[in-house]
Amino acid sequence: MIAFILRRLLQSIAVMLAVGLVAFFVFQYVGDPINGMVGQDTSMEERNELREKLGLNDPAPIQFARFMLNAAQGKFGLSYRVSQSVGGLILEKLPATLELALCAALFALCVGVPMGVYTGLYPRHWTSRWLQAVSLIGISLPTFLIGIMLILLFSVILGWLPSFGRGDTVSLGWWTSGFFTWSGLKALILPSITLGLFQLTLIMRLVRSEMLEVMRTDYIKFARARGLSDRAINFGHALKNTMVPVITITGLQLGSIIAFAIITETVFAWPGMGQLFVQSVQFADVPVMAAYLILVGFFFVVINLIVDMLYYAVDPRLRASGSPRAAGGH
Amino acid sequence: MISAGRLRDLLHRAAGSDVWYSFRSSRVTEVAACVVAFVFIASFLAPWLAPHTPFDPATISLTDGLKPPVLFSADADWTFPLGTDEQGRDVLSSIMYGTRLSLVVGLCATIFAMFVGIAAGLIAGYAGGATDALIMRIADVQLTFPAILTALLIDGIVRGLISVQRHDEIALFVIIGATGLSFWVQYARTVRGSVLVERNKEYVQAARVIGLPRILIMVRHVLPNVMGPVLVIATINLGLAIITEATLSFLGVGLPPTSPSLGTLIRLGNEVLMSGDWWITIFPGITLAALVLSVNLLGDWLRDALNPKLR
Repeated sequence: MIAFILRRLLQSIAVMLAVGLVAFFVFQYVGDPINGMVGQDTSMEERNELREKLGLNDPAPIQFARFMLNAAQGKFGLSYRVSQSVGGLILEKLPATLELALCAALFALCVGVPMGVYTGLYPRHWTSRWLQAVSLIGISLPTFLIGIMLILLFSVILGWLPSFGRGDTVSLGWWTSGFFTWSGLKALILPSITLGLFQLTLIMRLVRSEMLEVMRTDYIKFARARGLSDRAINFGHALKNTMVPVITITGLQLGSIIAFAIITETVFAWPGMGQLFVQSVQFADVPVMAAYLILVGFFFVVINLIVDMLYYAVDPRLRASGSPRAAGGH
Repeated sequence: MISAGRLRDLLHRAAGSDVWYSFRSSRVTEVAACVVAFVFIASFLAPWLAPHTPFDPATISLTDGLKPPVLFSADADWTFPLGTDEQGRDVLSSIMYGTRLSLVVGLCATIFAMFVGIAAGLIAGYAGGATDALIMRIADVQLTFPAILTALLIDGIVRGLISVQRHDEIALFVIIGATGLSFWVQYARTVRGSVLVERNKEYVQAARVIGLPRILIMVRHVLPNVMGPVLVIATINLGLAIITEATLSFLGVGLPPTSPSLGTLIRLGNEVLMSGDWWITIFPGITLAALVLSVNLLGDWLRDALNPKLR
């Protein structure tokens, strides 16, 4: 167990260092960091002085170490586009993105799993076929197109829901939340559906194929022979065994949700990190790009780590590996 | 040259093949193939088929601006079947030219990704050792992140390296490179796996004994034997590449409004969506959706048809 966790931890650190290296190269060699800080009329001597002061003449490994140390403390310097500290900018936008990602993930899970169970239990029913076809379309459509269609229907034609922004937010310390106001909640609906739809179809298809597989196994037949109720079989035996891959995929998708929030946030003018990142790409705002890269890399690594641990906790076969009896599985 | 008899023979064999049978027996696949063929023809022949040249300032006039599409309004006319945007450009013609750009970017990006991936996979599989480990670790790290993020990052780096005006001129190449570089991993992994199997076979050993250079063995002998799965991945990735390009353009970091792809058209239309002028954004959207869905269906079908295990 400890060896497993240690090995995963080492891998995570290696990935983080690789991401850091990419971010460092972007930060250091794309554009001149000095140009971003000083005005046009600064003389060469002053520039060189600043260069020396910032340590830009040090050997690259030392600069990399310093970059990573600063990054670990959330210090990424100043944004080129707006003269604010990058750490502060990101901290300001972080709550919006995390709340959106959380809602989208919940939506995908709470709708996707029941749909998957239903289509897995009754694969020949016309509702299932219909859901399957719709999910194929959902997986093929680009995210931004779904967002635009939803805006057209619910904001332009019906006028029920807002099409941009977060609505009114409540500040809890540095965290701003849209969960406590009516307009904040209303503003969350369309972006969450847009962002969660792809994950929903993915989860639905996954649960469906796992259910189909599990329902064919012997232990389901035995459970039926024992006279257990359908409900106990479907949920207690079948669904429980499909949960291992579902947890893995959902967990890994949580990272993708944060990354795909870039698109949804642009469609709905949602003031989050993704919008910040797109703007930084448009204006080649290198410090923000580097910081976003490290932050998203960190999210991905942490999520992967947690998913691996969960996997370990949920699947007893993994825990037993190491003891000779475990080989072969069930 | 192929003689007429040989051609007839080939056609006969093709008509009797499993792949053709599975194509004919799936109605959905047939429809998808028709849609793809229609879109390809209509877009690549756009200079001859399109009713207007939307990006020639001499032919557009502001008085034609914001005309609604035919069938949806009484004051529309057949000069602009799908309406016009706020500058008086014909939406149908814009879509035809835009689809052509989307397809070119998608195809070039897929081919580029295929080249990079095949090269990386061949080298990793054939060289083994530290080279293999390095290439595959890079692939692992990149696979952790969604392709759109990689593409955005590459685009941002290029923007940082060159000036903004220059960027608009080479935007087409930047977006092909960015999209291609975010999709190479899958090819590399597949090719490497196949190479590991092929490299120990006798024909490779024989080639080695003859003393052929490694590069020649890789390209002439190993590569043709690993191309099957690569082509299937390419078909499936074409849809993804088109979506990625459209997404980048929609985010405003892809092709500029002066030479818009479908994604750029959707973004421009989206800016006026709230005022109710839905047709500017919805028609390019429908085109994109139909194209990607059809390409995906064809890709799925090809994967199943070429995989004997699934029959």
